[in-house]
Amino acid sequence: MSAVLKAVDNGVNVEALLGAREALTAAPEAARFVWRAESEWQNGTHTQSFVKGFFGLGEEHSHVREYVYDTDHPEVFASEDKGSTPVEFVLVGLAGCLTAGIAAVASNRAIQLHSVKATIEAPMDIQGILGIDSDVRNGFEGIKVSYQIDADASEEDIKAIVAQSQKRSAVFDIIANPTNLTVEVNK
Amino acid sequence: MIDLGQNYVRSAGATDVVVIGAGHAGLATSYCLSERSIDHVVLERGEVANSWRKERWDSLRLLTPNWQSRLPGFMYKGDKPDDFMSMPEVVDFIQSYADFSAAPVRTHTTVTSVRQQDGGYRVISDTGEWQAKSVVIASGACNIAVTPRVAAALPEGLESLTAHQYRAPEQLQAGGVLVVGASATGLQLADEISRAGHDVIVATGEHVRMPRSYRGMDIQFWLDRAGILNERYDELDDIVRARGLPSPQLIGSADRRALDLNRLSDNGVRITGRLMGINNSTAQFSGSLSNVCALADLKMSRMLDAIDKWIQCSGVAANVGAIERFEETRVDSSPCLTLKLDDGSIKTVIWATGFRPDYRWLDVPVLDGKGRLRHDGGVVEAPGMYVLGLPVLRRRKSSYIHGIEDDVREITAHLHAYLDKSRRAPHNAGRYAATKTAHVASLGLG
Repeated sequence: MSAVLKAVDNGVNVEALLGAREALTAAPEAARFVWRAESEWQNGTHTQSFVKGFFGLGEEHSHVREYVYDTDHPEVFASEDKGSTPVEFVLVGLAGCLTAGIAAVASNRAIQLHSVKATIEAPMDIQGILGIDSDVRNGFEGIKVSYQIDADASEEDIKAIVAQSQKRSAVFDIIANPTNLTVEVNK
Repeated sequence: MIDLGQNYVRSAGATDVVVIGAGHAGLATSYCLSERSIDHVVLERGEVANSWRKERWDSLRLLTPNWQSRLPGFMYKGDKPDDFMSMPEVVDFIQSYADFSAAPVRTHTTVTSVRQQDGGYRVISDTGEWQAKSVVIASGACNIAVTPRVAAALPEGLESLTAHQYRAPEQLQAGGVLVVGASATGLQLADEISRAGHDVIVATGEHVRMPRSYRGMDIQFWLDRAGILNERYDELDDIVRARGLPSPQLIGSADRRALDLNRLSDNGVRITGRLMGINNSTAQFSGSLSNVCALADLKMSRMLDAIDKWIQCSGVAANVGAIERFEETRVDSSPCLTLKLDDGSIKTVIWATGFRPDYRWLDVPVLDGKGRLRHDGGVVEAPGMYVLGLPVLRRRKSSYIHGIEDDVREITAHLHAYLDKSRRAPHNAGRYAATKTAHVASLGLG
């Protein structure tokens, strides 16, 4: 078998992504998406959230089915632990976004991936959320993501893919940079 | 005929080409037009090399060594080929070129409008009007210092300076300085302001790291020899990105020292992420610092790999220094993410956040949604209109003074052919209307 010009298959449709980039450069209005989630309190600290519809390419879209997520707190918080904590969901979002980016960038650079695993750790001093010490912030003190990647590429090339993925990641940007946030109450 | 001297330039009238700007690009254009005996005039709002005289800080020296300073038909002839020109020396160099080439420059003539007329252009200035078949825009890439939108939220009482307004540390009040941006400008200003005794914080987004010397030679020598500076605009992966890159972190100094974030840290400058917002008088910095530094380190290594490969292939390896790799950019494990701007620790904010050209006088619909000229390697969409002297216009080296020569020869050849063609088939009202319609259609308005 010839090793020359071996086709890479990471399950990413690179042509479609590049086509979308080109089409949206010509029609920037279509690039304006709106993401949505709905949620309903269940009991105690348990909340259920639902994701189905979103707006983009000038019209409403729908996921192939509705996704339902449970958030709660663990038993050490005297909760019933019916789901992961909301802050863990943030880590889930980050892992999903960075890893999707790694697959897309690797495919675009014709690099075959065999395995991409990440461990994420985010220390938090809960004196902040408990209101014990107002100098302690509520959120993470920091987030550390460690990737273990097996791919047909040099260590430098793998580092470059991971760096590029961070540069293009929405969740990375959402966490690393301030976002204006408004919460209103309607009857 | 009355001889009015070689430098007499009419104040108005008809000509083939109006060149706007008498900096290195405009004067090089004039030289090449004269070689082709094409009638032209160069209009200059101030003096020759005006931006170099008036819009640079005091200590600035070119990022390129003297041996590299050359213009069509003209080159550096001094005895310090490895030094870097100060601003008065650059002004002298460009003024000497204007004198040598006897360019038809009309100084103190500000162009207030350029519009299409009768298949050509009507150029209106504050001293008279010109009709030309062709216009070459050589008015510079750095007319306006760009500040990000967050600048508007700066609390009152802080001094805010752009790189155009900054001259020297002596103009700053005592106290801390936040330098926003990590281009050559940002790093040079942070360096000299910190050396003058101020506490300095540099906010950095993506940046271009580059050693001053590599394997015993100036980095510009290798970029030149290895062909990197000659890479063409239409062969680069992402030309929009290449044109928008910050200037490389270089400084031209007698001791040929390197300047990067590690050097600044060593001198006590604090490094933080990109300035993203100012909220309740508190600056917010991005948590992406470690990634932008990793990106810059990786890209520098890739560039050095390319140079090493060229050295290997060209067989000069025995005559040059050993392969070098530089320390990774050291990033504080918990860099500052917020900074109070109203507690007196910071007195001055300096915006080293880039520049853009000023086209407010251009009444021809050739700008894109972001105010950039729509052009293909300097050939602007409007027939007979050209631009020269912008970063990566036709090659990577277009960003530098010496890069103008190849660009201007190709552009004046295109312009010459255009004039010949329009002479063979003179414009008439119908043709103009057709051109105009095509133009409007291309804007998606037709």
